[in-house]
Amino acid sequence: MSVLVYTENWDGKFKKLSFELVSYATGVAKMLNTTVTAVSIGKVDENELIRLGNYGANKIINVNSDKLTVLDSQVYASLLSEIVRKENASVIIISNNNTGKSIAPRLSVRLKAGVGSGVSRLPLNLNPFTVYKRTYSGNAFAHLVIKSDIKILTLAQNSFDLIETPSNATIENMNPEIDGSLLKTVIKDIRKQSGTILLTDADIVVSGGRGMKSADNWGPLVELAKLLGAATACSRPVSDEGWRPHEEHTGQTGKIIAPNLYIAVGISGATQHLAGISSSKYIVAINSDKNAPIFEVAQYGIIGDAMKVLPKLVEAVKEIKK
Amino acid sequence: MKILVCISNVPDTTTKIKFAEGNTSVDTTGIQWVINPWDELSLTRALELKDDTTTGVKSVTVIHVGPAASEPTIRKALAIGADDAIRVNAVSSDAWFVASQIAEVIKKEQFDVIMCGIESSDYNGSIVGGMISEFLGIPSVSAVSGIKFENGQPIIIREIDGGKEVVSVPVPFVAIVQKGIAKEPRIAAMRGIMMARSKPVKLVEPVQVDPLTQIVEFEKPTPRAACKFIDADSPALLLDLLQNEAKVI
Ligand SMILES: Cc1cc2nc3c(=O)[nH]c(=O)nc-3n(C[C@H](O)[C@H](O)[C@H](O)COP(=O)(O)OP(=O)(O)OC[C@H]3O[C@@H](n4cnc5c(N)ncnc54)[C@H](O)[C@@H]3O)c2cc1C
Repeated sequence: MSVLVYTENWDGKFKKLSFELVSYATGVAKMLNTTVTAVSIGKVDENELIRLGNYGANKIINVNSDKLTVLDSQVYASLLSEIVRKENASVIIISNNNTGKSIAPRLSVRLKAGVGSGVSRLPLNLNPFTVYKRTYSGNAFAHLVIKSDIKILTLAQNSFDLIETPSNATIENMNPEIDGSLLKTVIKDIRKQSGTILLTDADIVVSGGRGMKSADNWGPLVELAKLLGAATACSRPVSDEGWRPHEEHTGQTGKIIAPNLYIAVGISGATQHLAGISSSKYIVAINSDKNAPIFEVAQYGIIGDAMKVLPKLVEAVKEIKK
Repeated sequence: MKILVCISNVPDTTTKIKFAEGNTSVDTTGIQWVINPWDELSLTRALELKDDTTTGVKSVTVIHVGPAASEPTIRKALAIGADDAIRVNAVSSDAWFVASQIAEVIKKEQFDVIMCGIESSDYNGSIVGGMISEFLGIPSVSAVSGIKFENGQPIIIREIDGGKEVVSVPVPFVAIVQKGIAKEPRIAAMRGIMMARSKPVKLVEPVQVDPLTQIVEFEKPTPRAACKFIDADSPALLLDLLQNEAKVI
């Protein structure tokens, strides 16, 4: 028996979420009194691989194959299910991001394993195996019992703190035989986002709503984000109007994020918007209407005109950065 | 080319969720049921593809796993423009159960494109679409924000963590769609509502499947501390709190 964790890398480096996943897996393994096996697919060198050991991985399976350069969920699920069987894993931890969402359900069918998706805490109970998961777009959390022998948990991004638990991890290289007939996805074009901080990875997010009034007023908001090392985001009407790109739309029908700090400027705080940001650790609201619902979820608030508050805030940040 | 759109019905997105029976279920009194927002968008895109005669899309069918009480949701989808509907007559107990039922139906009736929303706004599972494709052993593309056909071949845009990819897969396949797939959900016109009454809804009895998961309790999100207000003229005070109290900058 072991806990298996699927990590992700980008340009040869592990994404921060990989360390969150391993920290989480280590927590689960402790409860089960067992070990953690981490799987890494793609070109990652040994110095980087061994970093997974800092968070408690006991064994690292380093998989390389030219058939794995395209994310094809069928191929990935077939490979992972083989590793699960070989490692005799009883709990599998995957991120609840786009990649994880494409792999977890296929793995579930292959292993007849129930899925607890979007978990944000360690299991509440082992017998029966009960997890804590987000439901109703953040308006409720459920205690979900998983009845199958093998369990798959997808971890909400940014919901679990990194915990250093150094272990002497061993690395096992694997060059798997891959059934080429499963590979059906053909990539025609890739448009990588470059130079900007990924919204779903960002620790700080500065977000604007209809209160920003027009596409032309975004200068100080973007500057504030830059100074704080933050990503920028917006509410749905803003991206619908074309004031900001669609990638920035957060909420029920946009991106779901959980940064440490979310600064909402000129955003009223509609339920559908909150659905995407309510897991943020801290929320700051800047709004001219003292009755705006966003203040009910914010820890810090400034009542005022965004056009006047933002430039002052920018100056104040410059002051402390000196 | 035939498209199948999977639709789930969910409480209206502004609903204040309340619990019943000792927090073991959600109190459904007074809840307005709507088509899950992503499913509504995928239905819209499916209908746009059918309207475009160059795509070869001939029909759009919707499928729903639910009891008779969810019939209005199906009628709404028909009013928006779906040609026909299938209802698997069962209470949906978990994703495994729902995906098994839908996969069984697809095995018997051929569809070229199966569309599912990335998640339902109630269970936030993000699993049904992927399970269907694995039950059927066909390709799936996740986080799809665009879909069109060129010479009968699907061209799909998928969102990856850090960009977009344009990909193609052979039919039949499952498209798991998200934002961007269609601009605005299509709204039922009076004529559509009239026509929906006479469109066929096929009733299918469920196959025996045991769910793998079960919700045993609900709880409210942990309440947040009350908001501290800072004077609009002293932003430095806000920064001080963020640095020294919250420790987030
Ligand atoms: C099915 C469905 C899904 C949806 N999904 C989403 C979603 O994913 N994300 C999303 O964001 N919305 C979503 N919505 C829309 C949502 O209901 C709200 O309409 C939207 O969030 C409002 O955006 P807003 O806060 O920017 O604008 P508004 O609600 O118009 O709020 C603007 C705010 O700015 C303030 N303001 C005005 N002028 C100033 C100023 N000069 N300085 C400071 N403050 C000012 C106002 O007091 C107000 O509070 C969805 C709706 C539906 C029906």
